[in-house]
Amino acid sequence: MIPRPFEYHAPTSLPDALLLMNRYGDEAKLLAGGHSLLPMMKLRFAAPGHLIDLGKIGELKGIEQVGNEVRIGAMTTENELIWSPLLAQKLPLLVEGAGLISDPQVRYRGTIGGDISHADPANDHPALMLALGAAFVLRSASGERVVAADGFFLGLYATQMQPGEVLTQIRIPVPPAGCGWCYAKLKRKTGDFATAATAVLLRMKAGAVEEARIALTNAGPTPLRARAAEKHLQGKALSDAAIAEAARLAMSICEPTEDQRGDVQYKTAMAGEMTQRALRTAASRAK
Amino acid sequence: MANPKKVSFTLNGKPVDVVVEPRELLIHTLREKLQLTGPHIGCETSHCGACTVDIDSMSVKSCTMLTVQCEGAQVLTIEGFEQGGQLHALQEAFTQDHALQCGYCTPGMITRAYRLLQENPHPSEQEIRYWMAGNLCRCTGYQNIVKAVQDAAGKLAAKAA
Amino acid sequence: MPDTNVVAREREDKLQGMGCSRKRKEDARFIRGQGTYVDDIKLPGMLFGAMVRSPYAHARIKSINKAKALAVPGVVAVLVADDLKPVNLAWMPTLGGDVQAVLADKKVCFQYQEVAFVIASDRYAAADGAEAVEVDYEELPAIVDPRRAMAKDAPIIREDIADKTEVGHGPRTHPNHIFTWEAGDKAATDAVFAGAPVTVREEILNPRVHPCPLETCGCVASFSKATGQLTVFMTSQAPHLVRTVVSMLSGIAESKIRIVGGDIGGGFGNKVPVYPGYVVSIVASIVTGVPIKWIESRIENISTTGFARDYHGVAELAADQNGRIKALRFTALADHGAFNAHVSATKLPAGLFSICTGSYDIPKAYCRVDAVYTNKAPGGVAYRCSLRVTEAVYLIERMIDVLAQKVGVDKAEIRRRNFVKVEQFPYTTALGWTLDSGNYHGALDKVLKAVDYDGLRREQAQKRAKGELMGIGISTFTEIVGAGPTKVCDILGIGLFDSCDIRVHPTGSVIARLGTMSQGQGHATTYAQIIATELGLPSEDIQIEEGDTDKAPYGAGTWGSRSTPVAGAAAARAARKIMDKAKKIAAHLLEVGEGDLEWEVDRFKVKGNPSQIKTMKEICMVAHTGNIPAGMEQGLNAVEYYDPPNLTFPFGAYLCVVDVDRFTGETKVRRFYALDDCGTRINPMIIEGQIHGGLTEAFAVAMGQAVPFDENGNHLGNSLMDYFLPTSMEAPKWETDFTVTPSPHHPIGAKGVAESPHVGGIPCFSNAVMDAFAHLGVTHMDMPHTSFRVWQKCNELGLNKR
Repeated sequence: MIPRPFEYHAPTSLPDALLLMNRYGDEAKLLAGGHSLLPMMKLRFAAPGHLIDLGKIGELKGIEQVGNEVRIGAMTTENELIWSPLLAQKLPLLVEGAGLISDPQVRYRGTIGGDISHADPANDHPALMLALGAAFVLRSASGERVVAADGFFLGLYATQMQPGEVLTQIRIPVPPAGCGWCYAKLKRKTGDFATAATAVLLRMKAGAVEEARIALTNAGPTPLRARAAEKHLQGKALSDAAIAEAARLAMSICEPTEDQRGDVQYKTAMAGEMTQRALRTAASRAK
Repeated sequence: MANPKKVSFTLNGKPVDVVVEPRELLIHTLREKLQLTGPHIGCETSHCGACTVDIDSMSVKSCTMLTVQCEGAQVLTIEGFEQGGQLHALQEAFTQDHALQCGYCTPGMITRAYRLLQENPHPSEQEIRYWMAGNLCRCTGYQNIVKAVQDAAGKLAAKAA
Repeated sequence: MPDTNVVAREREDKLQGMGCSRKRKEDARFIRGQGTYVDDIKLPGMLFGAMVRSPYAHARIKSINKAKALAVPGVVAVLVADDLKPVNLAWMPTLGGDVQAVLADKKVCFQYQEVAFVIASDRYAAADGAEAVEVDYEELPAIVDPRRAMAKDAPIIREDIADKTEVGHGPRTHPNHIFTWEAGDKAATDAVFAGAPVTVREEILNPRVHPCPLETCGCVASFSKATGQLTVFMTSQAPHLVRTVVSMLSGIAESKIRIVGGDIGGGFGNKVPVYPGYVVSIVASIVTGVPIKWIESRIENISTTGFARDYHGVAELAADQNGRIKALRFTALADHGAFNAHVSATKLPAGLFSICTGSYDIPKAYCRVDAVYTNKAPGGVAYRCSLRVTEAVYLIERMIDVLAQKVGVDKAEIRRRNFVKVEQFPYTTALGWTLDSGNYHGALDKVLKAVDYDGLRREQAQKRAKGELMGIGISTFTEIVGAGPTKVCDILGIGLFDSCDIRVHPTGSVIARLGTMSQGQGHATTYAQIIATELGLPSEDIQIEEGDTDKAPYGAGTWGSRSTPVAGAAAARAARKIMDKAKKIAAHLLEVGEGDLEWEVDRFKVKGNPSQIKTMKEICMVAHTGNIPAGMEQGLNAVEYYDPPNLTFPFGAYLCVVDVDRFTGETKVRRFYALDDCGTRINPMIIEGQIHGGLTEAFAVAMGQAVPFDENGNHLGNSLMDYFLPTSMEAPKWETDFTVTPSPHHPIGAKGVAESPHVGGIPCFSNAVMDAFAHLGVTHMDMPHTSFRVWQKCNELGLNKR
């Protein structure tokens, strides 16, 4: 219940935050919403000597559309995503996903940037980012780079982020009009991580799939892009057979961990089932 | 105390100053230093919601906030609901509808329901269940809590009209 | 001229007594956040204690090094077993007749067992200190499966009692054996089975679960060197029993010990046992001379305090071709963990398990429980179980469904064929309990009509034809609550009577103190309602006190739904003693004989002369004056210690409709209809609240709760991340109904009720899930019916192919 002692810093600008990160190196951890990090610190599974709170840095907030891209500040909370009229209109998949994360109180504090950079394969945003073809803006003292979500996640708690880098913004191309979408999540109860979940973005043309993007949550050490399943659906009508085969192909890349949610067989089967449901719902929403 | 930090914020409408270690959790500051034992502790993994307070118009689990993060914030706890001897509509509704038994989850429930109704003044039953799912109760089975929130919503809407 | 009946009814309404859904008196402080729970208590100079616990389920302790912990700023002391031995407190007697280590002495027997206690200036320093205690362990092989506990080569868990031939309940046959208990006529039962046309048999598990009240356990212990007085504020459902045990343990006179149960954030049986944390806090206070607070964490609560169930049963019924049961044979292997620590009557170490004949007229029966030690936390009796009644009712309600499927009889009909009939009450079961009253047919019929049972079965047939899984679960349970008659029910020898001490004031208000202990059941309201109707004084002016052993008369506390049956009876009878005296005073004032008086709501009237009245309020004042009959003492007070002649037997009929998703294994509860009969109903609103809560806990147990371990005795899901507590999203909606069949032996005809929904609810959910698969030949699946486990059945049966 009680964390070990640490020093606390609340920089009010990004350059100040980066200075602190460089000064303290791996003795420091970034504090975003705190609802992954603080629980770990309270159980003493993590004990950084320094916490750098990003909560007072205004430039990390905000949701806006620039050209054909929606740009979301990394410190935007799940609750802000859920209530955003812009996102409701342009990125309903993201709103649906955020609404299935944890519980209302956690969503007031948990951030999209924290969820992504923590790289827990059980988190929901990574798969949503893959399905949406997002890119991440990474800032360091030496500059800024933009990295695609595809390939960003390397393993358990591991991303392409380098020491001294902070995720500042998420950039998501606005899906073409008429896209269908769905985040189908199976969980034991409110507040639980996914037993299995699938994010689908779907573009149809004349009754056939023009493009499908399918990404799986908590089915391996990183979010998984079901490319074989996507490829299989290309150009086809979404018949029961096509959906079933896409699910089977999605299942074939799963390597979930056995835990109290289920064994490998169940979790894999549920990844397939969530893929089927996400595809069906996305299809019903596609115009 | 190692590394003491002075933190100033507004608590139930009044300014307060406390001196805390960076690691001190807001729930402990409220309960131990500020003598407000309304918010309760029911777990250490941020699940139960018994510690829920309202910070800058958001329902927050005070066990997952460092007091140092509250500099300049507006904090509302259950103790701030009764104004001038007048109970809040939620407090009355909880009593009328038998929405509490042991009372342990009640401060967090009412504090959370307050923000829910501020943001969504006419919630359906299903919406109440969804937006209150961060507060656990072992005694009531939630049914009367949902009714109390609905009834309070009605009273507040009538007053606003 | 006002209608006198109407006027009388108005006066009755004003009393807000028996039968009305008056709002609760205790709410005023809770809605303001002004309850006083143990962790709210701060005493001057108070220190804080944190427990150091074993990471291993079974290990020897080679050494404990306190040095680093003592060097942590704020740490005042570190206690280990050796520090408790000089005061004879390293071990303590349990409420189950065993002994338990307060702090582990040379070995640990379950993961998270208490090893050391760090006392510091505040909880932050205590946490730092606890982390700094260094313990060197030598791991030993652990027994996790109770079926391995009595193997010839099984490691001995309890070396401390290895040479004891019994531990409170009869001869032991193995070092890991605790007791064997049986009831009924084995030979006669076996004979019936041998010749029965139909027999059914299932292996049925009641998994280990945990009550998990929202407030964890804790205490503030304060010993005054100056006065020799020990005060302990404690999360205790049984303050007086604890006071007696603490006196026996510590040698401090019971008159110098004060246990205070204040506001308690839920008990559900979790707060009955005496935990090591309480004892070591008391010792720490004696040693340091200041108050010591100990509050456990949630993980500690789930991992170490009294779990529930862990009963591995073999259940058999013998019947004829029509499903009429001729005999019952139930055996259970009971996993008690490493110490037999749960509350347990000396003659009934398996609690009230022998109620397992249920609501049915079964001629011959035999049951047997074998209890063993394992390397897991101690417990067993807890969680709204009415003392193993959850285990018993689960078996009989599951088996009658199994029998129904075997003989092809509808699950409601088979119950009708076997119910004890109304005219058979009071009915003595083949295992020796005399059911006081019941109307099982009436209850079931009312439910079936309310839900259109035939319509549901028709719908089920249609759905089955389409390959969909819809289940209808029925549970017609009989409960046994209100422990209990002292000739049968005692704990460590102390009878399970209870008490009420009423003092009436001159101005007509009342203070009543009782030996029970509310943890949310609304006693401040319901006892006041009983007394209000008996005395004709408004419940609003009747203050109820419980929990402070300095003030309250002796009682056994609140668990097993015993408050209304025992203390509620004491309250009514104490009030009637006051009424006897009041009547004499009224007769004296009105100058008539007592036989000339009649009582109406709140006043005595002279028969045939209705203008001659004396209200109870007037009598309250007069009782404190000189104007009373010669030879009578002043005052209107009474105390009643009530030894109940029997337990009470509330009952109910529940019906649950579920839809199972054969592709994910998720079960949706579509409808749950709960009819309860608890005899006379004191406050219908409060009863309904108890039903909602008990059903939600039943839902949790049946559908998702478990306390799992790996093969080395390590916990696999002991936080709220994994332990299933339903939120408002998962909790189903409940429909409640009732019938009223009073208890003939209870002064107000009331029975207990708060555990009925849990006892009756769990098999109802299970039966519903099973019924969804019944047409495919499935007879039994163990709980919890998580989506994972249900999916495994769907997958096995090939139901999840599209």
